[in-house]
Amino acid sequence: MRWGFGREDYRVKPGLYGLGAPAATSPVLVTGNYKLTLDQLRSSLDEVDAWLLVVDTRGINVWCAAGKGTFCADEVVRMVAETRLAEVVEHRRLILPQLSAPGVAAHKVKEACGFRVTFGPVRAADLPAFLAGGMKADGEMRKVTFDLRERAVLAPAELTIAWDRRVLLACAGILVASSIGADGVSLSRALRRGAPIIGAGALALVAGGGVTPLALPWLPGRAFSLKGAVAGAVLATAATAMLGRRLSPAAKLALLAGVPAVSSYAAMNFTGSSPITSPSGVELEMRRSLPWQGAAAAVAVGAWLASRLGR
Amino acid sequence: MPSQRYIEEAITLEFDVALCNGCGLCVAVCPHAVFAIANGRAALVDRGACMECGACALNCVPGAISVDPGVGCAQAIINGWLTGSEPSCDC
Repeated sequence: MRWGFGREDYRVKPGLYGLGAPAATSPVLVTGNYKLTLDQLRSSLDEVDAWLLVVDTRGINVWCAAGKGTFCADEVVRMVAETRLAEVVEHRRLILPQLSAPGVAAHKVKEACGFRVTFGPVRAADLPAFLAGGMKADGEMRKVTFDLRERAVLAPAELTIAWDRRVLLACAGILVASSIGADGVSLSRALRRGAPIIGAGALALVAGGGVTPLALPWLPGRAFSLKGAVAGAVLATAATAMLGRRLSPAAKLALLAGVPAVSSYAAMNFTGSSPITSPSGVELEMRRSLPWQGAAAAVAVGAWLASRLGR
Repeated sequence: MPSQRYIEEAITLEFDVALCNGCGLCVAVCPHAVFAIANGRAALVDRGACMECGACALNCVPGAISVDPGVGCAQAIINGWLTGSEPSCDC
């Protein structure tokens, strides 16, 4: 699902739901209408009686919806009114996920509907401790993490997103172009010439979209594009060494320049999945690295053409 | 575990302690512990960890915090360049 299968079906109807057996004094937890979010909340709170106010984030997770502005004070206020929450509970407090704060100004909610906003912890799993502890979140509850397990979950998602129609079209285009020779069109030539390019492309995507996310903290530098280029260079060097004399010098150069270029670009796109990158930093690294990625790709294409002409 | 720090030199976060009322919301909303409360006022304790999500500035009633908010996503920035508008992702 996270990988794109049936993503559109993962919206929950906005409204007021009950968890367990909530009373007029039970806490009200506000969240978005992405099904994975609600599943997580439900499994974290299976022994808690609470109200769940689901606002319309168009099936998008809390943090992204807040960043886009769909999870905002107006939407919370609208749902408080629509569900007549003030008649259901006697208190006037809403608990919002901390990561909704980029979209929700707490004081605007208070002004518009009288409910005071308390920002809860980042993770739903910490909610029982937060509720039991007098709605106090400690430092660790407030911090976003990006450990190996979390990166491993996102890496395949990133790779399947890359695996879209454009990639398939590019593969087909490479095969068709490779099949054309002086004596016409040939399938064996398509495979002989095209398959190495597709193989190199796959190697680059694995380096940039798989190895880089997993090895993120250990790869050198801070720019994701640099980390991706290093991962690509390591894999390309290993592949060149393994293929040894079966590759011409020009083909080796094409591999060594092309794989890091594409891997660097793919790794740069992982910035969107990471919770540590600032837009100012991403823009800076893009302005610095795009010329290098383009130059290396041009070298790779030139070297590959030279390797074809040489035989 | 090696630390996970990102490029810090372009961060747009600014904080004016003279305007701060010490409410502590910036500490509560920040996912990277950029702020802490000291002597009844907020203080920038780790500006370099800021990812410019904008939560603190949006929730700062006296307006002591400013930041150019957005998502740190290369695809969003490319989309912004291509369409000539604000960066926006499609996720």
